[in-house]
Parts: sequence; C-alpha cells; structure tokens
Amino acid sequence: MFGNFDYDVIIRSLPYLFYDGMTFTLTLTALATVGGIAFGTVLALMRLSSIAPLSLVAAAYVNLMRSVPLVLMIFWFYFLVPYIGQWLTGASAPIRVGAFASSLVTFTLFEAAYFAEIMRAGIQSIPRGQVAAAQALGMTYPTTMAQIVLPQAFRNMIPVLLTQTIILFQDTSLVYVLSITDFLGAASKVAQRDGRLVEMYLFAALVYFVISLAASHGVRAIQRRTAIIR
Amino acid sequence: MITISKVSKWYGTMQVLNRCTTLVEKGEVVVVCGPSGSGKSTLIKCVNGLEPFQQGRIVVDGVSVGDAGRGLPKLRARIGMVFQHFELFPHLTVMRNLTLAQVKVLRRKQREAIDKGRRLLERVGLSEHAHKYPGELSGGQQQRVAIARALAMDPIAMLFDEPTSALDPEMIKEVLDVMVALAKDGMTMMVVTHEMGFARQVASRVVFMDKGEIVEDAPTAEFFGKPRSERAQAFLSKILAH
Repeated sequence: MFGNFDYDVIIRSLPYLFYDGMTFTLTLTALATVGGIAFGTVLALMRLSSIAPLSLVAAAYVNLMRSVPLVLMIFWFYFLVPYIGQWLTGASAPIRVGAFASSLVTFTLFEAAYFAEIMRAGIQSIPRGQVAAAQALGMTYPTTMAQIVLPQAFRNMIPVLLTQTIILFQDTSLVYVLSITDFLGAASKVAQRDGRLVEMYLFAALVYFVISLAASHGVRAIQRRTAIIR
Repeated sequence: MITISKVSKWYGTMQVLNRCTTLVEKGEVVVVCGPSGSGKSTLIKCVNGLEPFQQGRIVVDGVSVGDAGRGLPKLRARIGMVFQHFELFPHLTVMRNLTLAQVKVLRRKQREAIDKGRRLLERVGLSEHAHKYPGELSGGQQQRVAIARALAMDPIAMLFDEPTSALDPEMIKEVLDVMVALAKDGMTMMVVTHEMGFARQVASRVVFMDKGEIVEDAPTAEFFGKPRSERAQAFLSKILAH
C-alpha cells in the first residue's frame, strides 16, 4: 500500500498547508473561542436570571443551536446572512459577507450555546454562601458576578472549556463545505490537484491528531496549576 | 441601631419566623441562642436583607431594610457580617479579600485599602499571612480574616452567624478572643452562637428563640440566673450540663 507513497507531495505543499490553511484554522478557532465564551457567559447569566423572559430566550437559543447540525448552520449563514443583511439595511443587493466573517459568526454563535451550558454549570458550582458574602459586603449584582462568581466559575471550568475548544478546532474543518482554504481544505485541494488523496488525508489526520493530543495534555497541566486551593 | 419589630417569614406555607421583636442599641452586644432550626440564623440574615421577610419591619440606623430596594447594597456595606463557614473568596489572597470591597464598594484608593487591611490583619494577629490564599489557612485563621474583612468596611454594627460552630474546638478560642476584644471596643454586635461563656462575658442581653419565636429577651445576668420560660430553662440545662 505504501509502496508508491509520495512523501514529496507533502513536503512540497507544507508552506501552503500551514501558512494558508493552518493559519486560517487557528485564527478561526481562537476568535470563535473568545467570542463563544463571551457570548456563552452572557447566555448563561441570562439563563440563570430570575427574570423569566431573559431565561426563556436564552434556553430557547441554546436548545435551538444544539439541535441543528453544524454543517447546516454553516450553509445557512453563508447563504442566508447576505439576504438578512440586505433586508436589515434596506440595501438594493444582498450584503457581501466574506467566507471568513461568515464562518466566524457561525462558529461563535454555535459554540456559544455549548460554552453557555459549561458556564452555567460553572456558575452553579459556586456555593450560595459566596454570593451571600459578596452581597453582605455591599457588592451589587454586576460586581458580585464580575469579581466573585465568574472568576471562580471560569477557573473551575477551564478544563472543560479547553476540551470544548479542541472539539471546536476539529469542527472548523467543516468549513470545507464553503470551499474555504482551512487546513483540511488546503490538504484537500492539493490532494485533488495531484491525485494524492491517501498521502494528503493521512497527513491531515496526523496533524489534527498531534495538535489535539498535545492540547489535551496541555489542558491537564493547566488544570493542575489553576486549581483553587480549598 | 437595629430595631426588629413583629417580623414574620414563611418558606412556602412553613412559617420560620413568628412576630419576632427585639432591638440592639448602639454599643450593645446581643447574643441570640436557641436550638437548631429555631430561626436564629434566618432572623440575623433578615437584618441585612440576605433573607427576605414577608411581615414586620427591620430598621437599621434609620433605614428600613424591607423598603431599601436598590439602596440595599449601600445599607449592607455599613453592616459587617461573619458567616458560619467563613465564606472567604478562595481565588483571592487574604489581602485581596480585605481590599476588594473597600475598593469596589467604598471606592477607596488601593493604597488606602491596603493600609487598612494591614492594620486589621495585625489586629487579628495574622500579619504574616497577607499573601496566602484562604485555603492555606486553618479554620480559626480564616474566620479571623473574615472578621477583619467585615471590619475593613468600617461597619456601624456587626452580625455574627454562628461564627465558631464550624471550627475545631482548639480554634474556637482564638476567634472568640477577637470577638471579645471587638465587644470591649464598643462595637454594636448581634451574635448567633451557642458559646454561653462568650454570652456571659460580653453580652448585655440574651435573646432565646424556639420554633421561630423569640421566647425570652432578658439582660444577661437575669437570663442565666433564672430564665422565665420553661423552654429556655430546658435549653440552658442541656447546653450548660457539660
């Protein structure tokens, strides 16, 4: 099987794979993680709010996002957002949305639903007494959340958040449906062009494997360092 | 300073406080005792609005707690509270525990807050622990930090909710010593506790609660001398027996 395995095609395409492909993949992963955690935290706070409409909206959003396949969301945003943009702004033609912007918005909104559930569990893991102590010191709700609850919730949830980020890193490969040159897209293009499917797809799998494995070992190391002494 | 009049509270249909009335004058130390489940912790948490109540009125320094609404954080900032399980913030150092609310709530300068924190740590005998995290301290040390944290806000009164009942016996004294010193300095205090020795030593009055009611409210000597109610007599004989 590996008799006519062409290593050269991999080496020749390395600059393209990493400079074009991996840069896109990592940028998308990083930005969607930051955006997803930020929006997810807001959703978690809404969901835990005692104000019923806020809680309902957040619950509906999370459930909707979690019950739609990601590929569908990617398509949906790419093809429909220009029309929604046109409708919203009253422009004469559909708004141009770049592939990167479109996929960033999609992943941020989609991942926010998952990050929201993680942050919700994190917030609920903080003992009631911590909130009482903050309130007894005269802290308002925003101060209590920002200074006491969220920092602890975030720290408790770092391993889960990072694990979700690793999943996100793998999921970004789905943007190939928009013919975007992410890492897998780049590998795929070389594979098709040179007719070297086995080499390119094996190499791509290896790279995803190594990065994900290294990252999850990193998570364990971080977990040991950030644990709060109780 | 603290006036509690006819306060009643229900959890659903279960009544946990029944027309409680008492008061704490400025500079006075009032000890609240009673069997567990008698509502004493609930009552003290009503004083700074941590627990809502449905009937009656609590006035602290001229402000009605039930009607404070958005002014509640401001009122709470003026009343110190110490909890049974300390509730220090585990992700912050001891010093940050002492300065956070000073800076965020009272808008003090960082430097001023740290100075204050240092003086208070010295007062509770923990100066060398400023940079440690709460988890690195013993229970007694944590509770002393918690007292210092409350004092950092320059409170007009202090509430203690069973401050020693989560502590190992050998650590109770170090916390009580701090509280006695505070009482002798003239701090207004309302203390839920089973430490009858503490009550004898510094309390001006003892309030005895049972089943959500204030059964007895008497000057300390009188309470320990000859409690009027049978329930208080029974409680005292049990708690003082050993």
